[in-house]
Amino acid sequence: MSATNSAEPVDEDRRDFLYIATGAMAAVGTAALAWPFIDQMNPDASTRALASIDVDISLIEPGQAITVKWRGKPVFIRNRTDKEVEEARATPIEDLKDQSAENENLPAGSPATDVNRSAGEGKENWIVMIGSCTHLGCVPVGVAGNFGGWFCPCHGSHYDTAGRIRQGPAPRNLEIPVYEFTSDTTITIG
Amino acid sequence: MSAGHSTYNPQNGFMKWLDARLPLPRLIYDSFVAYPVPRNLNGWYTFGGILSLMLVAQILTGVVLAMHYVANSAMAFQSVEHIMRDVNYGWLMRRMHANGASMFFIAVYIHMFRGMYYGSYKNPREVLWILGVIIFLLMMATAFMGYVLPWGQMSFWGATVITGFFTAIPWVGDSIQALLLGGFAVENPTLNRFYSLHYLLPFMIAGVVILHVWALHVTGQTNPTGVEVKNIKKETVPFTPYATIKDALALIIFFMVFGWFVFYLPDYLGHADNYIPADPLKTPTHIVPEWYFLPFYAILRAITFNISIPFTDVVLIDSKLGGVIAMFASIAILAFLPWLDTSKVRSANYRPLYKQFFWIFAVVCVLLGWLGSKPAEGIYPLLSLIFTVYYFAHFLVILPVLGWVEKPKEMPASIADAVLSEEKPVSSKAAAQPAE
Amino acid sequence: MKLRSILKAVTGLAFAVGLVGTSFAAEEGETPHYPLKHPRHVHWSFAGPFGHWDIPQLQRGLQVYLEVCAACHSLEYIAFRNLGDIGYSPEEVKSFAETYEIEDGPNADGEMYFRPGFPSDRFPSPFPNPEAAAAANNGAAPPDFSLLAKARAPTRGFPTFVFDIFTMYAENGPDYIYSLLTGYEDPPAGVEVPEGAHYNPYFISGSAIAMANPLSDGIVTYEDGSPETIDQYSRDISAFMMWAAEPHLVERKAMGFNVMIFLAVFAILLYLTKKRIWAEFKRKEKEA
Repeated sequence: MSATNSAEPVDEDRRDFLYIATGAMAAVGTAALAWPFIDQMNPDASTRALASIDVDISLIEPGQAITVKWRGKPVFIRNRTDKEVEEARATPIEDLKDQSAENENLPAGSPATDVNRSAGEGKENWIVMIGSCTHLGCVPVGVAGNFGGWFCPCHGSHYDTAGRIRQGPAPRNLEIPVYEFTSDTTITIG
Repeated sequence: MSAGHSTYNPQNGFMKWLDARLPLPRLIYDSFVAYPVPRNLNGWYTFGGILSLMLVAQILTGVVLAMHYVANSAMAFQSVEHIMRDVNYGWLMRRMHANGASMFFIAVYIHMFRGMYYGSYKNPREVLWILGVIIFLLMMATAFMGYVLPWGQMSFWGATVITGFFTAIPWVGDSIQALLLGGFAVENPTLNRFYSLHYLLPFMIAGVVILHVWALHVTGQTNPTGVEVKNIKKETVPFTPYATIKDALALIIFFMVFGWFVFYLPDYLGHADNYIPADPLKTPTHIVPEWYFLPFYAILRAITFNISIPFTDVVLIDSKLGGVIAMFASIAILAFLPWLDTSKVRSANYRPLYKQFFWIFAVVCVLLGWLGSKPAEGIYPLLSLIFTVYYFAHFLVILPVLGWVEKPKEMPASIADAVLSEEKPVSSKAAAQPAE
Repeated sequence: MKLRSILKAVTGLAFAVGLVGTSFAAEEGETPHYPLKHPRHVHWSFAGPFGHWDIPQLQRGLQVYLEVCAACHSLEYIAFRNLGDIGYSPEEVKSFAETYEIEDGPNADGEMYFRPGFPSDRFPSPFPNPEAAAAANNGAAPPDFSLLAKARAPTRGFPTFVFDIFTMYAENGPDYIYSLLTGYEDPPAGVEVPEGAHYNPYFISGSAIAMANPLSDGIVTYEDGSPETIDQYSRDISAFMMWAAEPHLVERKAMGFNVMIFLAVFAILLYLTKKRIWAEFKRKEKEA
């Protein structure tokens, strides 16, 4: 260590500034170093890249449904019968627990009408939803429950034929992901 | 030195309440704030702190890598590439971990040579030194198993060769090797157990480090003069801030070297062959261990002859077993250093002959490392043998004899004397710097 | 001073030993050391602390890979989406991916089927498995390209490797690939080249390589007017392979620069703080 400065009088302001600057550097360095350790837990590039899938729906007859995996979760694609659509349409919005469509393809806050829940005008028979109960994430069972739609066996949430929550602990309607019909027989999800 | 009473004084009600129940703040205060260290420690004494931080850094990056790594022989290599390419900052984590291992060894070798130069292992610090040797052994095991995990060609064949050591043991060697590998060759079970142990051992190292620091705080640090502290008030300073600020500065400079490798030369200390997935049917033409094992590898390969009962054909120790024994002995001998060095003087600063032999020994170690990287052909095995003999002679002949024949220089009566003479520019030449 | 002279003597001895060792090894000549010739140095845009990708070069390299190499060499760790890193837009990547037929499945009938590629798919291998690759190539499976620029890096002897620490030389991989591709020549008199092998003094594990010279002038047509020569093709494919081996290389160096600056400033501040703390200690001591 240098002994040359020992006789030099110490300027207190300069000293305090030096200590604060050094401490600040240490804090900034630690924070900058911490970020990569946190960010590495976020979804990686290969996971983010798997964001969209194509599904062939030509073989789904009315009254049938398929489940496909998208982003690690099940997606229900159901070709609804006319009766199911009618039932859903007949339900007044005021009776719904969640009156928002929860449809990623529509502006936020769109009302939870049946057409807003379905694939839209002309394709009302199709409904595409993430099959993950909005309560705690179990997979609901199809064509079941008090409203003929879906029923979550974990904690007893009942959804109607448009996937809207009607009874039980779930707070929201089943979520509708971003998707589009890329042809009459193909849906691209994501 | 730390035997004195605690000067910790809880500042508020809560700290007083806690101090009466779990005096952890008191322990930390006594060990890392008020703990008195000799005031004349130089830069070579900062590597203990650097090593502690490197252990923490290795554990942190290692835990991160374990979140993405797959310990399966079919997927290990691919999962490492996944980390390198797709995981957010995965390349950084992996580079830090792999180069961090090398930095860890650089620091530990400097730390060990510092101990040898200043005679830090001598009475009363023998246990402190032996704990260090144990940490070094655990580090070697951890590093070896970690290198197997990426499952490249060098990983695979390194594991094959190193576990082959155990087949040198007479009669039961093959069974022991099969037990270690979980198969008849290095395979998926081997990879899985190495992964498990690679995760476990650093925490065992951390445990021994705590003992190491405990032992250190019982006896107190040595210092470049080798003279024990006689007057705590005049000759020591509180650890914080006087030693911590030095440690911090040294750490940041060390990080710059670390960063140089991580960011600009990340593959410099590795092997190109480890970017080829493990192939059990094809050995790389030239197998070498990681650089930090090279001196020991040279010692292993130096023994190319059988040791027999003279004038008979009865082989006592064949060359394979001989090499393995020599290699393990070269590490084990470090544990006996406190008793092999017979000199009463600690610091090489006052031991003119030992100082020269110390540097020769250091160069011999580097040369052994260089020989370890050379193919076992031509003159290299002979040179390895010569330097191996010197390595052992240093401990078994030179050190014991030096203690008797060497006439030490005049030593300062106390640290205070040494510091005072250093501060007077006229006579400062006399106080030798270690890295002259 | 005595120490200095001893040190000098020891280092001198070390050098002498090294020289003797090297000449012994060369004289005995039992196992020749490959490569026979050291790789030639090329100036790469990605070398040095401020290294960056030459995007048009990487695109040309991709073109050479697709038109010349891809028939035999896989690129298994590169996904189509990665091409976004070398200057292609998401739409270009998508339509490029669609030109590939990717095996997927099983479908509802339990059968595998082919579909057009997605950006998230990886480059398919030209052969279904390593055995098929070896069978189609005289028993030597063409190595995968994705890590080759790091897997084929000839070591550098003493003392060059010491200087490399300071010059940051880390381009032995692309230098090697460039040298190999431009290094095919007729074998010198007296050198026997085995059937089906090709003499190349730059080859890392022998004097002859199984791969025939893949390049010839004009074999790939460049759209950007770059020279259509073996030399240029070799540079471009080597650069492309370096990118494939380490897509984060440039990001790494850029981050490194920031980190180094930060650490340097921090070190200076710590040094000043240390000086100040110790100066105050000594001042107080004097006063006391």
